[in-house]
Amino acid sequence: MTVPSHHPAERALPPTPRPADKSRRRILVERFLRHRLAVIGLLILLALMICCYGAAWVAPHPRNAQDILTGALPPSSEHWLGTDDLGRDYLTELLYAGQVSLTVGLGVAFLSTAVGTLVGAVSGLLGGWIDEVIMRITDLFLIIPAIALLALAMQTLSPSPVTIVLVLAGLGWTVIARVVRSQVISLREKEFVQAAQVLGSSRTQIVLRHLLPNLAGVIIVNASIAVAAAIILESTLSFLGFGIQPPQSSWGNLLNQAAGLVGTPKDYLLYAPGVAILLTVLAVNFLGDGLRDAFDQQSRQS
Amino acid sequence: MGSGKVTEALRAAPAPEGRHSEGRGAQGRGRVGRSRQMLRYAVRRLAYSVPVVLVASFVFFWAVRSTFDPLTKLRQARDPGVLARESARLGLERPVLEQYGLWMKAFVTGDWGVSTRTGDRAQAMIGSALGTTLQLVGWAVLFAVVVALAIGTYSAARQYSAGDHLLTGLSYLGVAMPAFWLGLLLIQVFAIWPREQFGLEQPPLYFVGLHSPGMSGVNADYFRHLVLPVMTLTVGLIASWSRFSRASMLEALNSDYVKTARAKGVPPRRIFLRHALRNSLAPFVTVVAADTALLIGGLVVTEQIFAISGMGRLFLDSLLAGDVYVLLPWMLIVALAMVLFNLAADLGYALLDPRVTLR
Repeated sequence: MTVPSHHPAERALPPTPRPADKSRRRILVERFLRHRLAVIGLLILLALMICCYGAAWVAPHPRNAQDILTGALPPSSEHWLGTDDLGRDYLTELLYAGQVSLTVGLGVAFLSTAVGTLVGAVSGLLGGWIDEVIMRITDLFLIIPAIALLALAMQTLSPSPVTIVLVLAGLGWTVIARVVRSQVISLREKEFVQAAQVLGSSRTQIVLRHLLPNLAGVIIVNASIAVAAAIILESTLSFLGFGIQPPQSSWGNLLNQAAGLVGTPKDYLLYAPGVAILLTVLAVNFLGDGLRDAFDQQSRQS
Repeated sequence: MGSGKVTEALRAAPAPEGRHSEGRGAQGRGRVGRSRQMLRYAVRRLAYSVPVVLVASFVFFWAVRSTFDPLTKLRQARDPGVLARESARLGLERPVLEQYGLWMKAFVTGDWGVSTRTGDRAQAMIGSALGTTLQLVGWAVLFAVVVALAIGTYSAARQYSAGDHLLTGLSYLGVAMPAFWLGLLLIQVFAIWPREQFGLEQPPLYFVGLHSPGMSGVNADYFRHLVLPVMTLTVGLIASWSRFSRASMLEALNSDYVKTARAKGVPPRRIFLRHALRNSLAPFVTVVAADTALLIGGLVVTEQIFAISGMGRLFLDSLLAGDVYVLLPWMLIVALAMVLFNLAADLGYALLDPRVTLR
């Protein structure tokens, strides 16, 4: 809002852009871009996603093109990562397996963040016995080791990517719910929320207009942690034989099949899937750090 | 806190209640009042966790019961009477809640049942598995704490130096490394390759079990078995704990009491060890205890790769065989260990930080 000025010299001045004029989003983006590792992480992640989801175009060989006569071959110019026991190009297999691994990671992060945010916000806002019950439920999940719970669940249900996403999200929401709840509890006592209440905003309005934007940072950072955790948990489950089952494959599942090859001439099959998992998790962690710094600094500034 | 490690990935250490609240009261009362306060807190916490453990174990009981049939082996029996008799003996036709009550009563009185997989007493199986796992966890935690503290202290002292950057970079790698892959790589690098390169009969480091056949006790053979699994465990622990230690050291170094000590002319070395390190230990101990709790039942991967018969492997084998009478007490023991370690975490925090009042 501008107050009309009567002084001629003042009117002639061009409006100087002040930091406060910058949109919130632009500040965030700038802060994020300054975090070099986070940008590298983002690029790696994008490259991995393009290669894996675009495997139909990127992969050097058609999927499942077997050549049983040659069998397992070490890496060569024809097959960069060698071939597996059935003579399939390992790079191609790796890219297609990545589709499952990445989808599980992103799916779990999305689902557990959505459910966790909702439950945590409800719990923190309403308080009382609902809050008590929800928090006791999350306590239960802290007592039983995650891997045992997951293995039991996967043993009971039929293993498919969909059930894996559901089971991992069924465990993951508790973490995010706890974080969101504690944030909501501290936010709901802040002056701006009380001011909104006094001004007659409805409860939904307060949640949507005032609480959620302030929670965005925490939620996004935790979602990125959830992606990394889900990718590692999925690969661990698949490695133990409770996750993705052949003929479907994920990185963990490829490692499961290669685990017996330690110390044999075919041990080259052991490296690529592990590097893929490591690279993805590393990239996601860098990304999360950059996001946390961006949001942290922003909240400190405002 | 670091984002976590493979099996321990979805960790969330419960924050000790009442940390840093109203410090004065506790300080005034002196040593005797303090230890009594801690005892009262411990008793209350344990009492509070009883219902949580009970509900958790009931849910687990119900899930296991509805998944597995303890009579699978008898289903093929010609005599239908056997099935009915066994079913009546185990109380299988009663309501689940009643079955749970019966099982719990038997558990408390020390009758845990017999494994349907091996025919051994569940109590003995879990006892020996727990002993094995505690050995692994003990060595791993001991080693990881020493190394992580050393790295954290060094990195905080030389913040942003080349060494700090290198160690921080390595800790990123360590946190992101999947434990099962690391285990396989370690076997390859430290057992298989040296044996091939030098034409040895035995690898320098073993990777199956904790003792060679016919051996026992703490000796060279034991340590040659121990190195690789402990390394597999510690890489992740060191990575996340050293980061944590670095952060809490930096926080302590920037605090007012360190500035005061500097202004008073306390020698830097003394500031470091007496003031900063000691105070940074309080949050560190909490994280270590909480993570250690997760290790008791969470060593599934490491034990599986190195064929060590601990709690994790016992769980997997029992799960695959549908061995109900081992799974149920297993879960209860692990849950109790979690409760105890988390309590120890809070008490340790209070012990190291006198400002904390436990309520």
